[in-house]
Amino acid sequence: MTGPGTFLGMPAFPENAEEALADSQLRFNLRKATHTIRGKRASVVGELPDWAELRASAKAVKDETLRHLDRYLLQVEEAVTKAGGHVHWAADAAEANEIVTGLVRATGQTEVVKVKSMATQEIGLNEALAEAGVTAYETDLAELIVQLGDDWPSHILVPAIHRNRSEIREIFREHMADWGRPAPENLSDEPRALAEAARLHLRERFMSTKVGVSGANFLIAETGTLVVLESEGNGRMCLTLPETLISVVGIEKVLPTWRDLEVFLQLLPRSSTGERMNPYTSMWTGATEGQEFHLVLLDNGRTKVLADEIGRQALRCIRCSACLNVCPVYERVGGHSYGSVYPGPIGAILTPQLRGTASELDASLPYASSLCGACYDVCPVAIDIPEVLVHLRSTGPHAPAERLGLKVAGWVLDRPVRLERAQRLATRFRGLVPKKRLPGPGAAWTDTRDVPPVPEESFRDWWQRTEGDTR
Amino acid sequence: MSSRDLILSRIRAAVAGAPEVVIPRAYRPAGPEEGRVELFAERVADYRAIVRLVPVEEVATAVAAALAARGARRVVVPAGLPEEWLGSVPGLERLGDDPPLGVTGLDAADGVVTGCAAGVAETGTIVLDAGPGQGRRALTLLPDYHLCVVLADQIVATVPEALARLDPVRPLTWISGPSATSDIELNRVEGVHGPRTLEVIIGA
Repeated sequence: MTGPGTFLGMPAFPENAEEALADSQLRFNLRKATHTIRGKRASVVGELPDWAELRASAKAVKDETLRHLDRYLLQVEEAVTKAGGHVHWAADAAEANEIVTGLVRATGQTEVVKVKSMATQEIGLNEALAEAGVTAYETDLAELIVQLGDDWPSHILVPAIHRNRSEIREIFREHMADWGRPAPENLSDEPRALAEAARLHLRERFMSTKVGVSGANFLIAETGTLVVLESEGNGRMCLTLPETLISVVGIEKVLPTWRDLEVFLQLLPRSSTGERMNPYTSMWTGATEGQEFHLVLLDNGRTKVLADEIGRQALRCIRCSACLNVCPVYERVGGHSYGSVYPGPIGAILTPQLRGTASELDASLPYASSLCGACYDVCPVAIDIPEVLVHLRSTGPHAPAERLGLKVAGWVLDRPVRLERAQRLATRFRGLVPKKRLPGPGAAWTDTRDVPPVPEESFRDWWQRTEGDTR
Repeated sequence: MSSRDLILSRIRAAVAGAPEVVIPRAYRPAGPEEGRVELFAERVADYRAIVRLVPVEEVATAVAAALAARGARRVVVPAGLPEEWLGSVPGLERLGDDPPLGVTGLDAADGVVTGCAAGVAETGTIVLDAGPGQGRRALTLLPDYHLCVVLADQIVATVPEALARLDPVRPLTWISGPSATSDIELNRVEGVHGPRTLEVIIGA
């Protein structure tokens, strides 16, 4: 991977998508995984009679948090400090990396164990630590698969979703030895055997590493409590055993009160892994059980997103990945095409807002959608992703030919008489319109569609001719 | 300007004039009292944990039977675990945590026996709060077998009821079944880093 959380130098989404679509193994893996999780999610969501009410509350709690985020962050700082923790503020990725690197250096250690964290991926923490001579070991099974395979994550919850069991076995057999204990002899591709291999590979590491790095799913303002949801127990290992714990948390992860968790602990597991509850949730406040604790509050573009009245709803996201699992575009092209640690529908609105639309790839992301709205339906915090996509399209850069075309269309559609004349003109010269591809700048539009046939006669004219008035 | 002040001022500028929010809370604050113990037993078992539902006076017998079936002899016993629960286990070697057990010692233990702070019926969840009979968090993490005793009056129906009972300042661990992963083709497989076997005795 190149660069901080950014797959730098990648071409725009359409080119990536075209390449991914040609990979039938990838399409098969993704289809199987996303359909499995869709079914599980639907059944556990259907169990709760008050899902709609929980969703409405979650949306409002997040909006309230964002409305007074300054106040809640100060509350977090006070509560965490009072509980013996240290709070750091990072305006951007570089500053966050600098803070964490400094904290690790101060411990004299050269290795850290990591809990799966989107925020640290976004800022490219592992790469920054490596430059400072510190090795970061990913401990979540899917992150481990990505790290061992020198791959990119392709899903928020299951970064190795693009890999099937036999590919995972190959990665373990070839690369586990480079990072520590090698894979067992005769490793099969049974998921149970692969999980066991990960257990053996990481066990010593957990018991001996002195520094842990995590993110957090939630951060409670009134108490200073951090909350991490996970499945495997690698999170508990990294949060509990090391002498020093450093948590990097995006400023939008705050919830105002302890009570607010009652909403999110019901929504998140059911939306993400399709379980009534994930196997393990850890909650801790400040320095716990003799540990040294540092909290790094990360902005890195979030305040810019907050300033956009329509776009700011993306900050409600709790990273459940339900929108990825139902998206017809994601299912077919996979996560890598989005060129960001945040793929799928949420990535299509989050990445261009966080990073801006300077690169061709980021500018193309708001178009990586058919606007079908399935993502909005499943979103547990009711982010209207299609609304934000359309908003970003309207504010993004457009080619001169497109702008001219829309200007002309606007002028024509503005008066019925102009439309009528334009239609008659078109029918008279219909023989001259190319059947498939338009010339010049219009070619971009016909790359992905045929030119619609121009009818012999407009509907209005047909209506007149067949005495529509008298019917 | 410090980054702290910079972030705070950016936030204030970004949300200036944004509308105030009213939070509706129309979801269920609690569930039915009746049937919650049976529901808890069923939902814990759904995660492929072993569940024994027994009358409260038979908890000790059930603990002895569970440890015998597991073949667990060297068992971590956190301070404050009710003495009567372990009274009838012959040949048990108790590993106390005072002075604290090292990670290697915990890893080598046959298992750990604890109580809990609360149980949630709808989600099949046990919550530990490092209180008496539970100990610090590592005690229930490194041993491969966790035997947890849950009493009927600790079980609530829903997540909101559980949160209302808990103290956020204590270190909390919510446990729903044995350690598991869904990372391979999104199918759930039990047994990764945490205890691979979770056994729950419900004293009703």
